[in-house]
Amino acid sequence: MPAAVAQLSRVAVFLQEHGDSAELAQAGDGGGLAAYAWLIPVVPMVVAFLILFFGKYSPWKGWGMATAALGFVAVYGTVLAVANLRDGIVAEFSVNVGDIGTFAIEWGWVVDGLSILMFFLVGVVGLLVFVYANAYMKGDARYTWFFASFTLFAGGMLVLVSAPNFIQLIVGWELVGVSSYLLIGHYWEDMDNIDAANKAFMTNKVADAALFIGAIIMSLSAGSFQFSEIFTRMIEGQTTLGQFGFWAGLAIFIGAMGKSAQFPFHVWLPDAMAGPTPVSALMHAATMVTAGVYLIARLFPFYQLPEFSGSVSTIIVIIGAITLLSMGLLAIVQDDIKRVLAYSTVSQLGYMVAALGVGAYTAGLFHLFTHAFFKALLFLGAGSIIHAVHSNNMSDMGGLRKYMPATFWTFLVGTAALVGIFPFAGFWSKDEIISSAFFNATNNPEFAVWFMVVLSILGAFITAFYMARVVSLTFFGTYLGDAKPHESPAVMVVPMVALAVGAATAGLLNIPGLTEVVTDWVTTRAFPIVEHHFAQPEYFLIAIVTPVVLLGLFIGWRLFGPSSELHYTGTGGEAVDVSAPQRKVAVERDTFRIPVLYPVLENKYYIDDLYMNGLVRPTMGPIADATLWVDMNVVDAVPNLGAGVARYAAAAVAVIDDNAVDGFYNVTGATTGATGSFLRQLFPGRVQQYVALSFAGVVIFAALFVIF
Amino acid sequence: MMTIIQWILLGAALFSVGLYGVLTRRNAVLVLASVEIMLAAVNINLVAFDTYLSDPAYTGQIFALFVIALAAAEVGVGIAIILMIFRNRHSVDVDELDLMRY
Repeated sequence: MPAAVAQLSRVAVFLQEHGDSAELAQAGDGGGLAAYAWLIPVVPMVVAFLILFFGKYSPWKGWGMATAALGFVAVYGTVLAVANLRDGIVAEFSVNVGDIGTFAIEWGWVVDGLSILMFFLVGVVGLLVFVYANAYMKGDARYTWFFASFTLFAGGMLVLVSAPNFIQLIVGWELVGVSSYLLIGHYWEDMDNIDAANKAFMTNKVADAALFIGAIIMSLSAGSFQFSEIFTRMIEGQTTLGQFGFWAGLAIFIGAMGKSAQFPFHVWLPDAMAGPTPVSALMHAATMVTAGVYLIARLFPFYQLPEFSGSVSTIIVIIGAITLLSMGLLAIVQDDIKRVLAYSTVSQLGYMVAALGVGAYTAGLFHLFTHAFFKALLFLGAGSIIHAVHSNNMSDMGGLRKYMPATFWTFLVGTAALVGIFPFAGFWSKDEIISSAFFNATNNPEFAVWFMVVLSILGAFITAFYMARVVSLTFFGTYLGDAKPHESPAVMVVPMVALAVGAATAGLLNIPGLTEVVTDWVTTRAFPIVEHHFAQPEYFLIAIVTPVVLLGLFIGWRLFGPSSELHYTGTGGEAVDVSAPQRKVAVERDTFRIPVLYPVLENKYYIDDLYMNGLVRPTMGPIADATLWVDMNVVDAVPNLGAGVARYAAAAVAVIDDNAVDGFYNVTGATTGATGSFLRQLFPGRVQQYVALSFAGVVIFAALFVIF
Repeated sequence: MMTIIQWILLGAALFSVGLYGVLTRRNAVLVLASVEIMLAAVNINLVAFDTYLSDPAYTGQIFALFVIALAAAEVGVGIAIILMIFRNRHSVDVDELDLMRY
């Protein structure tokens, strides 16, 4: 590919200017492996429609096709990941679809470290979740439809991450949006679920508008929709982009905030728990919410250069930091286990976004990578519990450790990975984020970065605290629910075990000073990534963060564990009949009332109310009234006018019909009738008269004959 | 020597008598008889003109024979109809036979 080579030479000049902290991976073009990577987004998209039309008649009613598609992506993604680690792959392919002026509209696929990371995650995590969903969705009324939209969901995400330009990215972005709408509202018989789906769709749409604006500003000022072209212009020092870069970057970041549920666009994600649990697992692990993080990572070279993006990266850091702490706090007071995990996801996304903001590209994506495993695992565990208990509320759980050992142990691994216990995955990725932030804060003292460092450490404490609460309330103490709990079937447990292995070991791929697998992986891009690499773990920070995490776990365990005085204990851990007062104690214990802060957290910082009463209702009411008015007066006017004209025309035609047409026949008939009435007087039925008349006729004719 | 004019006058007189009978008689049998008289008058005319013109083929006389045969058939049918009318209505008054008037 000569074009790629030309780009690389420009990049080399850029590298010299930015010193040795920039790194450019030595990469090949991947050969046929990359050239056929277009199959990765295309196969799930095609299969989604195949399931829609033929799924009902296929074996396993669509599940087989869906899983096969995801299996294909998983295998291809893994092969690409291995090839990338060995040689490095940087390739980009575009097919021209059309032109608008000088702008080429292209469809293509980009194969580099970043997109391979996403292919791998969507494929592997998606495959495991799909396998799990087979048992979880069993007996669902819209089983086939579920797998059609679920495959479309994964396919949309793959279109998004394989996009080499803004147009395709937005197409994928919207595909993910619409299929998430379908999936969140899967149980649409319940109005709450429809509201949740609408909320997710609308919130995303508001942010999407910003993304469109940002993409338009950036593409117009750079002169191309293509990312690589935009970066090339940046390296050439194109000034138009520098002029508008701040606004473009800010608007695109707002779009990313919507999909990645960053404060204050986070409101949709906890409500999105209304969907089936496998959807939550995939949505939170590899698809949808990672799209925003992916977009920031894709545009990372742009956000890293203040001469182009201005102070957007500072805004990114602050938003990410606020999100990671405030959403973690909300997780404390939730009773719904899935909502706790949802707020936890938002909080972890805050870590990733903030990491990308401070320039810790690898750390942010490393956390995305590990998070995909342990969050999918936690959601599948929660789904397994919900499957057994038939309730989402932790006040209906407790003591499940005995009934569901496999779920318990895998959930525990997920928890350890999430809170960051050595040596589970989250420990390494979160440590790398905090270390990078700390490094930036000491080298370049800026308020935003210090702010983030402090909030990250507090966030680690909060994470440990709420996860201790979840594990205590769910698995320890006495079972408080009504249904008979049981371990889930093997088809659900196997994916959980597989993910638990991932959650336990994924972190080992990037230990500072020991392994650099993920670093090598994600920095394999056509453009240099400027970031700091650590030669060894930051022991100083570990010495701070690990005790903080352990303290959080300890306090959570003390407050909610079996030894807590709030905790109702039955006899010997057996399931007991829980009477109403005891249940009340359980609910009070679960809600954990902190003075002053509690009402604020309970009401989710009043942000949902603010949106509902401040934005949605004031706009929706007048719009509904206006629409009704237009409907009644404008839209209805057209048929009314048509009907009126038709009525008058019909009346006129009726008059003509009654008078002219009928008149003709009536007159004809009346004339005939009258003539007949007159004539029949002449023939009264007397034979001899007839004879006389005939004879008279004969005489007349004879006379005429004689005369003439 | 009888001339053609006498036969024609005889035919005309007979025809007039028959016509009078057809127009005035109430009894259907008598009406039928009057029709026979009119046919006889026509026959007289046919034979008279045949003789008068000395037709070698005797067309008039043959025609008269046809008329006689026709008259016999007519009487046969006519009497049968009248008989049926009498059976149904116990009357042969032609003035009462006006069911198909209108």
